[in-house]
Amino acid sequence: MWAFIHKLGSPKWFYGISAKLQPWFWAAAALLLITGSLWGLAFAPADYQQGNSFRIIYVHVPAAFLAQSIFISMAVSGLVFMVWKIKVADMAAAVMAPLGAAMTFVALFSGAVWGVPTWGTWWMWDARLTSMLILLFLYLGVIALRGAFTSRDSASRAASVLAMVGVINIPIIKYSVDWWYTLHQPASFTLTSRPTMPTEMWLPLVIMVLGFYSFFIALTLMRTRSEILRREASKRWVQELVNGQMMKVPAEETR
Amino acid sequence: MSLCLQARKLSCERDDRSLFKGLDLDIRSGEIVRIEGPNGSGKTSLLKILSGQLSDYEGELFWNGAAMKSVREHFLANLLYLGHAPGIKSGLSPLENLAWYQALSGESSEGKGGEEQRLEALEQVGLAGFEDIPAGQLSAGQQRRVALARLTLTPRALWVLDEPFTAIDRHGVAALERQLIEHAQAGGCVLVTTHHELAASTPIRRIALG
Amino acid sequence: MQETGLQETGSHSSSHSSSSSSLYGADATADVLPVPLLEHKGGLMIAVKATLVRDLTLLLRRRGEVLNPLVFFALVITLFPIAISPDPELLATIAPGLLWVAALLAALLSLDSLFRSDYDDGSLEQLLLAPQPLAALSVAKVAVHWLLTGLPLALMAPLLGIMLALPVGSYAVLALSLALGTASLSLIGAIGAALTVGLARGGVLLSLLVLPLYIPVLIFGAGAVQAAILGDGVSAHLAILGALLAASLMSAPWAIAASLRISING
Repeated sequence: MWAFIHKLGSPKWFYGISAKLQPWFWAAAALLLITGSLWGLAFAPADYQQGNSFRIIYVHVPAAFLAQSIFISMAVSGLVFMVWKIKVADMAAAVMAPLGAAMTFVALFSGAVWGVPTWGTWWMWDARLTSMLILLFLYLGVIALRGAFTSRDSASRAASVLAMVGVINIPIIKYSVDWWYTLHQPASFTLTSRPTMPTEMWLPLVIMVLGFYSFFIALTLMRTRSEILRREASKRWVQELVNGQMMKVPAEETR
Repeated sequence: MSLCLQARKLSCERDDRSLFKGLDLDIRSGEIVRIEGPNGSGKTSLLKILSGQLSDYEGELFWNGAAMKSVREHFLANLLYLGHAPGIKSGLSPLENLAWYQALSGESSEGKGGEEQRLEALEQVGLAGFEDIPAGQLSAGQQRRVALARLTLTPRALWVLDEPFTAIDRHGVAALERQLIEHAQAGGCVLVTTHHELAASTPIRRIALG
Repeated sequence: MQETGLQETGSHSSSHSSSSSSLYGADATADVLPVPLLEHKGGLMIAVKATLVRDLTLLLRRRGEVLNPLVFFALVITLFPIAISPDPELLATIAPGLLWVAALLAALLSLDSLFRSDYDDGSLEQLLLAPQPLAALSVAKVAVHWLLTGLPLALMAPLLGIMLALPVGSYAVLALSLALGTASLSLIGAIGAALTVGLARGGVLLSLLVLPLYIPVLIFGAGAVQAAILGDGVSAHLAILGALLAASLMSAPWAIAASLRISING
């Protein structure tokens, strides 16, 4: 068990295994996203109430899912880093933060665009959008805190603690915002609470959600790999790896 | 009872810069150990690790043979650490400052006994008559002396002193040196970094870093 | 407990003695006088009380720092009628929110200094090395912050409520909700203060970290005053504020302690 965890924590091992996994996730992401968007945008029936504008759900919902999941996985990585001192976990957390913030922004933006045909305005203080906005601030806080330290070791620990504090607070924030919203705007029309959605509408949604997740995993693997190279640049295995590749390229060029 | 602080295969790496590697260390009763090395060689980091403040090191620490993690409270109860900053609140008088330190270790500092002890400790470091002046009005050397008064006020077996001679005049340096030797002779141990040259007669062991 | 620890001592040192220098072997230490090792005495309450007294004394000697948040609170509240409209009816509808937001910002303003001076003069290091749980000692510091910031703000709020034409009958709820809510705010804010204490300019970053976490407290705090004005029951709001306080009291001290340990090494 311990040997396995430490093996998992070795940047070199992770660098190798992620190289093998990465193409599969990229392929899955491409396949799922193309299928999902074609199906969702072209073949799924239009909504009886919202017409074609409901199709933005195929971007909005997966992005919102991912925004929350990334924060949770960031906090879990932070916990793993703090408890077992596994550096790869922190590298993953570091690359996840901007990605999560971007996903939150996509969810907010698509929500705003959706608001135009639905509410006739770009912004409503809708419960879902409001908690998304707060989530964006939480992401920005983690990113800013990590950037503020001069010592990278301290930055990693501080960002991990903040991510964990944030993840404990997210459900509390979400419930209080929901409560606040129902108090101020009782029984109004919310974007995505559809109790009855026909199969041909939600199936592409599921595919899109899976596609977004695959994309996220593939991108995280890729960016963690470059983060490993950056942070371990002084280690021997990285230098051997880089030198090996450099040797190959000039050798071919000179020929 | 004798005490010993041991480090096995101690390595410290901060932001990819290796400060020291594979350090084995035994510090026992009656020793004065001086950590030496150029600036930035990790003296302060080593003292912080050995005093249980820094946790990002590899290797193991033992306090009286037991792993540090399991006896941390017992270790802290016997440790007196003085860092670069004296830890003296400028808004409080020397007496009030010392009272907090006394209470922090769980000793009741109230009543006449505590007050007398504090006055005595301040007198020993040459601060008689300054007891009730806000520490902010004292000079840097005097503030350092307030911190040094803790050495006699709250007796601890292990002293970890980071540059304790800073800002102290010659007379004070001699007195502190004497105090270190006496502490070691009484079975305590002292771990110290300093750029100040100690008197040749001082029985010290040197550990060089960097 | 200690006995077994000491017995392990022998086996450990013997197993390591081959690697350690023989200069300071057993016979060298034998003729040294025995040193009295202290057992950990506990005395947590003594340490907590001394920390409370110390921080209270320090802050009360610098009254300006205690008064500044209160003046800031009054000043911000003065800005709103000027910026929006002096119409009492309009002010009355937004008064609960204004009072709560202004009090929240005033409490936030003083947070940066919570650990800053301790960090600068080295007493934070000493606090970390005390043979006491750091979480308990930091709660003492947070309690002083609340006593001299949150509580005065709560007591002052009704006065500013009058100026904003807050309907009669909601004053007690305003003060009570602020007193409960600012206690949670101090605890949550202290995590941010502990995370940023090692940074030279942590002030703005601190608000960025802490404000999103303040939102639940703000919702239920302002909601309580709103409910009091509408004549609804306020006990549910106050109960939730109390629950938030209990939750922060249970979890925040550990986060504060962990953050302080990170910052001291920064």
